Amino acid sequence: MAMETLDQNAALMVDGNAAAGMLMDVFSAEMTAAPAQCNACGKTGPIGALLVYMQNPGLVMRCPHCQSVVLRIVRTPRYTYIDARGAVYLSIPVG
Amino acid sequence: MAQPVTWQIGTVKSIRQETPRVKTFTITLPDKPPHRAGQHYDIRLTAPDGYQAQRSYSIASEPERAGEIDLTVELIEDGEVSTYLHEVVVPGDQLELRGPIGGYFVWEAGMGGPMLLVAGGSGVVPLMAMIRHRCAANSDAVMRLLYSARTMEDVIYYNELEQLRGSQAGLDIFYTLTRVQPPEWTGYARRIDDEMLSEVASPLGDSLTAYVCGPTLLVETAAAALARLGLPFERIRTERFGPTGT
Repeated sequence: MAMETLDQNAALMVDGNAAAGMLMDVFSAEMTAAPAQCNACGKTGPIGALLVYMQNPGLVMRCPHCQSVVLRIVRTPRYTYIDARGAVYLSIPVG
Repeated sequence: MAQPVTWQIGTVKSIRQETPRVKTFTITLPDKPPHRAGQHYDIRLTAPDGYQAQRSYSIASEPERAGEIDLTVELIEDGEVSTYLHEVVVPGDQLELRGPIGGYFVWEAGMGGPMLLVAGGSGVVPLMAMIRHRCAANSDAVMRLLYSARTMEDVIYYNELEQLRGSQAGLDIFYTLTRVQPPEWTGYARRIDDEMLSEVASPLGDSLTAYVCGPTLLVETAAAALARLGLPFERIRTERFGPTGT
């Protein structure tokens, strides 16, 4: 049973590319080529390479190297909540 | 990025049935900024009660085409947007969409090769944009496509791929048919594995970049196999479609 659940979760995973539209809404920039650093393992890579789970009320982005949560975003009618404590930094393209 | 990507109304110019479950929609856009091969558009449907559903679809056409894009869409069982596009939309209809979106899973002729393209099912769509761009830009980047489909009739763009295989030096195409193979089939007939990837990739040498697109589990399998073959993480670009089976 646990294995089945794991498989299902794995099958639902997509990439940062899939979140590009939502990230654009939130950050007003094309984010997928921009680097972010994982706070857990220290590796840096493009946001487009993060593992993404979108089948829920929010968005969860995990590190492709250590699977730690890097970024969580939840949008409600009043606010967009961003939990970025899993990242040392995110970068937002300018211009 | 210079300009924000905003929602606009496109008009469906034509619809082509590619396979029993896949259609290509040619959509004319009032504002069609140049895209990069591999990017997608978001399509948003709004019901009379205000309910909205939004999905991303890869651009199949080359960036060089002016004023219009091709979006190739697989019909997903119970899919809110794909069923509407497949069963309701006719030429002349208008659609709300925005794009091009994405800056990671992209390739431009200036980036050169060699490239290994690995597709599962409709994962071939953004890779087809790269192949078409390669041709339109007269690029000589060495490119090999390994395309996994269930049966021959599920192979999208088959005629065009075969025509390109014969006419484009440096472009090679390999199929694996995982469920049913035609009589006297000489291509692969199993799911993508280490041996298959090694056979297809080895002539490309050590400097190749891989673009892998398809259902998540296929992408996982192929990306892990490429890593075992020694390809560094940075040169394995992935686009996972989610749970759609192949």
